[in-house]
Amino acid sequence: MFPVIKGAAYILAHTPDMVLHNGTTQTTERTVNPDSEYLKQVPNNLRSFEQFVSYPPNQTFIGNLSPSELGELDLPWYDKQAEGASSDGKYGEIFQQDEFIGWIKLADVFNLVSLEKDFTESIRQSIESREGLSESFRTALGEGVSLEKIEKEIAEKGAEALIHDGKTVGCVKRAHDIDPNLNAHVIFENLVSKASGAMALISLLEKHQIDPLDIDYVLECSEEACGDMNQRGGGNFAKAIAEVAGCKNATGSDTRSFCAAPTHALINASALAQSGIYPNVVIVGGGSTAKLGMNGKDHIKKGLPILEDGVAGFAALISQNDGVHPILRTDLVGKHMVGTGSSPQAVITSLITAPLDRGNLKITDIDKYSVEMQNPDVTKPAGAGDVPLANYKMIAALGVMRKEMERTDIADFTKKHGMVGWAPTQGHIPSGVPYLGFAMQDIMEGKIHRAMIVGKGSLFLGRLTNLFDGVSIVIETNPGQVEEEATVSKDEVRQMVAEAMRSFAASLTE
Amino acid sequence: MSLFDDKKIIIIGDRDGIPAPAIEECLKGTSAEIVFSSTECFV
Repeated sequence: MFPVIKGAAYILAHTPDMVLHNGTTQTTERTVNPDSEYLKQVPNNLRSFEQFVSYPPNQTFIGNLSPSELGELDLPWYDKQAEGASSDGKYGEIFQQDEFIGWIKLADVFNLVSLEKDFTESIRQSIESREGLSESFRTALGEGVSLEKIEKEIAEKGAEALIHDGKTVGCVKRAHDIDPNLNAHVIFENLVSKASGAMALISLLEKHQIDPLDIDYVLECSEEACGDMNQRGGGNFAKAIAEVAGCKNATGSDTRSFCAAPTHALINASALAQSGIYPNVVIVGGGSTAKLGMNGKDHIKKGLPILEDGVAGFAALISQNDGVHPILRTDLVGKHMVGTGSSPQAVITSLITAPLDRGNLKITDIDKYSVEMQNPDVTKPAGAGDVPLANYKMIAALGVMRKEMERTDIADFTKKHGMVGWAPTQGHIPSGVPYLGFAMQDIMEGKIHRAMIVGKGSLFLGRLTNLFDGVSIVIETNPGQVEEEATVSKDEVRQMVAEAMRSFAASLTE
Repeated sequence: MSLFDDKKIIIIGDRDGIPAPAIEECLKGTSAEIVFSSTECFV
């Protein structure tokens, strides 16, 4: 029996101060050009929390505005507001920066994060009232320390400052005096990833009323590495995140493949659930501060606010077939192989048509393709184009080559089988998985029958191979086979009992 | 004689567009010299 997807959740944390202090575009600029005009302009081009919440793509990310509704809005979107916008979404929520800093403190179990006393009090209520937080983490904020102590750590011991509203409110200390893998910067980035992953997992459990004790395994799929100088990428983010959410019966592991990792995790989770090794598997990925303001220079140059001003996270639950939720077709999985080659035709064949051929399906038999769902409002002004649209055009072109559609149908195909992008440019976060929540809804409401999740990753960025990577999997309506089989099985039992009684009765009359 | 014959070529490919190795392949029939070739991720 194919496994099912039972829920998906998405979180955003609005982090304007981290754009300036932790985004690599800005930190690099500070290193090479400390008096840069751009750095001076950044603080005046950041959005307020209200603007961040009402930004239409962000409302789509947390489930309040459907992809088709977003698609009806003409670009650009940065000057538009979603009607009735809320920080609480059908599939997730949006956090303010001060609360997110509190979550970074919660994620720290080695007393490496210090928060100032008054700041701690200002966020205590919102953090400690959180139902989904494991009891042992609920009181992890502590009392806080003096600002003097924090400033001393930053000035004398290389601690990384935590800044809110332009003021230092805490710091992340180094975990070792010499080890570069445990310096304050690495610890900070890893805690950001752990915290945002935990927030997404807790949101998933709360929104879908899932008992954390039911989770057997967690697969984490971000792009960070944690370890020390002897094992730089030792891991394990997954188990650390599961601990925060009180998933006491779970273990887990991390899977990596740059932006393709979430789809790898989805496929791996499906295999684990389907085989029965781990019946309930969560996939989770936290976000990254390094990518904040990545295209900020272009945004400011073109008169836009900085649109990469939030850290994102996502989580989804894959379970054994319940006869209700959409099934993951583990027999219709695509993979870009070492020998596939890099021409667009080869890539699209390996990811899209190879799995479809196995199911005797045409390109047009997939109702919605979820590819790299990067928000074009962010990428187009930076010259990176409309990434989802480019992917849809390539899929359509292959459809024309296979004579499954006419060349003149390409534009219609991109609208009918594609979607506008809405995900923040947080690397792995936009890759295939942003549609999981809406895919579940659209399939269960009968709006669509079948979707394909496609993830691609730029392995060459790690300088180990020139290859890139990609995997895909089909999700479709659950035919309800579990119930049907159970009914058939009960009927069969009844029939057998009836036959046995008839033959017993016959033997008595003989 | 192709547009690229005897030229020195720098290739910047796009992971979500045309990757560099595919562009290199197209230039094999010319006498162009590829001096740099790299695929980049623009997101």
